[in-house]
Amino acid sequence: MATTPLTLRELSKKEVLLTAGHRMCSGCGAPPVVKMVLLASEYPVVAANATGCLEVCTCISEYTAWKIPWIHSAFENAAATIAGVETMYRSLKKQGKIDKEIKFIAFGGDGGTYDIGFQSLSGAMERGHDMLYICYDNGAYMNTGIQRSSATPFGADTTTCPAGSVVPGKLQKRKDITKIMAAHGIPYAAQASPSHWQDLMKKVKKALEIKGPKFMNIIAPCNRGWRSATDDAILLSRLAVETCYFPLYEVENGATKITVTPREKKPLVDFLKPQGRFKHMFAPENEWMLKQAQEDVDKEWEKLQREAKASEVS
Amino acid sequence: MKLKGWKEVTPGAVVTKAGSAEEFKTGSWRSFRPVWLEENCIQCMFCWIFCPDMAIEAKNGKRGVFKYDYCKGCGICALECPGKKGKKAIVMEEEGK
Ligand code: SF4
Ligand code: SF4
Repeated sequence: MATTPLTLRELSKKEVLLTAGHRMCSGCGAPPVVKMVLLASEYPVVAANATGCLEVCTCISEYTAWKIPWIHSAFENAAATIAGVETMYRSLKKQGKIDKEIKFIAFGGDGGTYDIGFQSLSGAMERGHDMLYICYDNGAYMNTGIQRSSATPFGADTTTCPAGSVVPGKLQKRKDITKIMAAHGIPYAAQASPSHWQDLMKKVKKALEIKGPKFMNIIAPCNRGWRSATDDAILLSRLAVETCYFPLYEVENGATKITVTPREKKPLVDFLKPQGRFKHMFAPENEWMLKQAQEDVDKEWEKLQREAKASEVS
Repeated sequence: MKLKGWKEVTPGAVVTKAGSAEEFKTGSWRSFRPVWLEENCIQCMFCWIFCPDMAIEAKNGKRGVFKYDYCKGCGICALECPGKKGKKAIVMEEEGK
C-alpha cells in the first residue's frame, strides 16, 4: 500500500473526507481532529459516531459532511455499533464476499465516551474487535449546553456545576480515560492533540496497522464551552500539551512512551487564563484551586514520566 | 436542496449522497473575513490543515484561495499563520466595512 508522507504538502493532495458545509460552531476544535484522522488513513474507513456535537452537526437531515460510510445509532453505543460492523466484515471476508482491507473507526465526544458510551466501549475493547475508537475530548456536554461530564477538568464552570458563592465550579477531578482504556490490556492507547498534527497522524497510522482494539483520546477545544476566543482552538490545544495538562503519549502493549516532551513545561495558568470557564479560579479567595490544579498536573506528569522510564528498562 | 416530505424519506433516514453538506453554504455565519496576502505566504499549509471548515483550497500541494461560501470567519488560520519575517499572510477584516 502506497503511504502518503506526513508532510502537509503531500497530505493536501489527498481528498479530505469530511466536507465543508457542516454546522459545527465557528472555530470548533473537533473538525480538524476528524480531518486529520481521516487523512492519516491509507485504507477505506467505515465510521460510527456517538450522539454529540460532531454527530448532530455533520449529518442534519439530508446533509452529510461525510464522504465515507458513516453510522449513527445512539449516544451510548458507537463502540458496539462499529464492533457489529466489524464482525459482519469478518464474516463476509470469511465467506469470500469481500476482500478489501477496510478499517473501522468510532468517534465519540467525551460524554459519549467517558460517561454514556463507557460500558459499550469497555465491552468492545474487552471482546477484542479490530477497531479504533477516537474520543474528541472537549470536556463537557457542549452540544446540549455545557453540562459537566466526567471529563470536565477540576474547577471548570459548567451549567451543572456553576461557579458561584457556594460552589466554585467542578470539585472533582476528570477521569483518566486513556489510562483506563490502557488498563483493558489493549494493544494500543494514546493521547493526541490537533496542534501536534504530525504526532496525531502518526499515532492514527500506527493504530490502524495494529490488529485488535485501539483507543485514542484527542483534545478538541470548544470556544463556546471553554469561554474562549473563536480563533484559539489550536493554540489552546498546544498550551494543553505544553503545560502537561494533556500530555502526548502512547501505551503500546503495556509500554508507555511520551511522544512529545515540552521543551519547557509551562505553568498551568497559561492554559487556564484564556478560558472564561476558569475565570473564578483567579479570584483571591480561590487561589487554592489554582494551586490544587497545578499540583494535580505535576503529580500526573511525574507519574507518567516514571511509567515511561520503567517501560524503557523493561 | 428541497427537503423531502416524510413519504419520500429513505427508510432508516439513510443519506445516499456522500458529502451533500457541501450544498449547504455556511459563509453567511461570518462576521470577520480572512484575507490572504500572498506575498507573505511561505506555503506552510498550516492554515489548510487547521481550518475547521475545509474553507481553504489546496491545489497540487499548494495553498489555494479561501472558499468564502463556507468560511465561518473563526480566525484560526490567521492566528496560526506564521507568515514571512513576522508579517502575517492572513489578516482578519470585519465584514461589511
Ligand atoms: S477563518 Fe476559520 S473557517 Fe475561515 S478559512 Fe480561516 S480557519 Fe477556516
Ligand atoms: S498559514 Fe500563512 S504562510 Fe502558511 S500557507 Fe497559510 S497563508 Fe501561507
